[in-house]
Amino acid sequence: MTKVAGAASPRNGGEAASDVVLRVRGLKKSYGSLPVIKGVDLDLHRGEVLAIIGPSGSGKSTLIRCLNLLEIPSEGVIAYNGRRVDNRFQSRGDRIGCGELRRHVGMVFQHFNLFPHKTVMQNICEGPIVVLKEPREEVEARATTLLGKVGLLDKRDAYPNHLSGGQKQRVAIARALAMRPDVLLLDEVTSALDPELVGEVLQVIRLLAQDGMTMAIVTHEMAFAADVADRVAFIDGGVICEIGTADAVIRNPTSERLQAFLSRFNS
Amino acid sequence: MYKWDFSVVLQSWDLFAWGLWLTFAYTVGSILIGVVIGLVICLGRLSRFRVISAVARTYQEVFRCTPLLVQLMWFYYALPLLIGVTIENYTAALLTLSLYAGSFYSEIFRGGILSIDRGQTEAAKAIAMSDRQVMWRIVIPQAFKRVLPSFINQSVIQFKNTSLLSVISVGELVYMAAVVNGQTYRPLEAFTVVAVLYFAVLFPMTQAADYVEHRLRVSD
Repeated sequence: MTKVAGAASPRNGGEAASDVVLRVRGLKKSYGSLPVIKGVDLDLHRGEVLAIIGPSGSGKSTLIRCLNLLEIPSEGVIAYNGRRVDNRFQSRGDRIGCGELRRHVGMVFQHFNLFPHKTVMQNICEGPIVVLKEPREEVEARATTLLGKVGLLDKRDAYPNHLSGGQKQRVAIARALAMRPDVLLLDEVTSALDPELVGEVLQVIRLLAQDGMTMAIVTHEMAFAADVADRVAFIDGGVICEIGTADAVIRNPTSERLQAFLSRFNS
Repeated sequence: MYKWDFSVVLQSWDLFAWGLWLTFAYTVGSILIGVVIGLVICLGRLSRFRVISAVARTYQEVFRCTPLLVQLMWFYYALPLLIGVTIENYTAALLTLSLYAGSFYSEIFRGGILSIDRGQTEAAKAIAMSDRQVMWRIVIPQAFKRVLPSFINQSVIQFKNTSLLSVISVGELVYMAAVVNGQTYRPLEAFTVVAVLYFAVLFPMTQAADYVEHRLRVSD
């Protein structure tokens, strides 16, 4: 397993990573007259794993989708490595456009969204070859390594429709990793999986966390969040109600809303 | 009891051959041009800019909501009067057929593109693809497979639509049937031959198209 060089994070005992990769200030998002996010401030630190939990409709998916501009915020500022994010595709001046942002901030989706007309290998190589314009041999070599990491070397020439949900999701993770992102956004990546397939995906995410990958994970897997996350944010009604370590938020919730929410899970 | 006599009619096999050739030529020509027009109009309909979208839609509605026969008459007889330039019948024929095909193809393509799950576009954007890359590398290839049956159906119709060119004296297959009938006074045989020829061409095409569609579905 390759280690991300020099990634100091609270996880591996390094200094608490103080540089903020993604900074969100005053984020609001409404769909027409329906406000979904009503004012969120958030800092995602390099090397940190942030779990985002909350009830359905709380805005957690919308929040994470704002981080790579799949949703365009109605108000507020998002900054990547100190550079303000622009809604446009092209970067301009010191602002970063969403085209450039997405090269550094990858996403894995709840419903996998693999490209069905391409093989597993082609899915993984598509981004680096077409977007990053890297040479095919290099990309394929790296893709092979990634497939090994997620345990799917034998599926390299298979089409997504022939894979199980857990396998598809692991390919989706490899596809996102092939772009060599700084940050990985995971949007309820196990919610659409049969229970017995959840574990294999969580294991891959756990390995990524150990490698020091900066991640924001929207999840319902409380035990996993408590285990892997450095911090947990509880979102309800479009605002972050509580944010702290897993111990503080999941194991010792203080607010009633959070206690009510967590009582629905066997933790 | 009617006495069938195909021999008289089949003596003019060369006319039928020529008619079939022209039918093919106009079909293939109008399909090729129609596909290009269809793509342009389809992308126009999907454009963010309302003016472009409105223009595309107007084009679609004009050509879908009027009969091809009327359009042919209009392009052959009326348009020259408006712009003061003579239009040969073969020009009017190809032009009208292509514009007509384009309007239907554009709706077929648009339906296909819109039917592709939004998640595909999102996943492509998430790996930093531009809108153009998303459309051409991810959406259109999938939409193409999906619309193939409708596209082939429309193309089969297009092949048969060439029969209308006979009214502006283009020498395709139906026109030739009328010519042969004029020579032999055997409309039953003449038009039966033509019907059989249409079927003989189109049936293998539809079967071949089914096969191609089946092969393309391997990845599904």
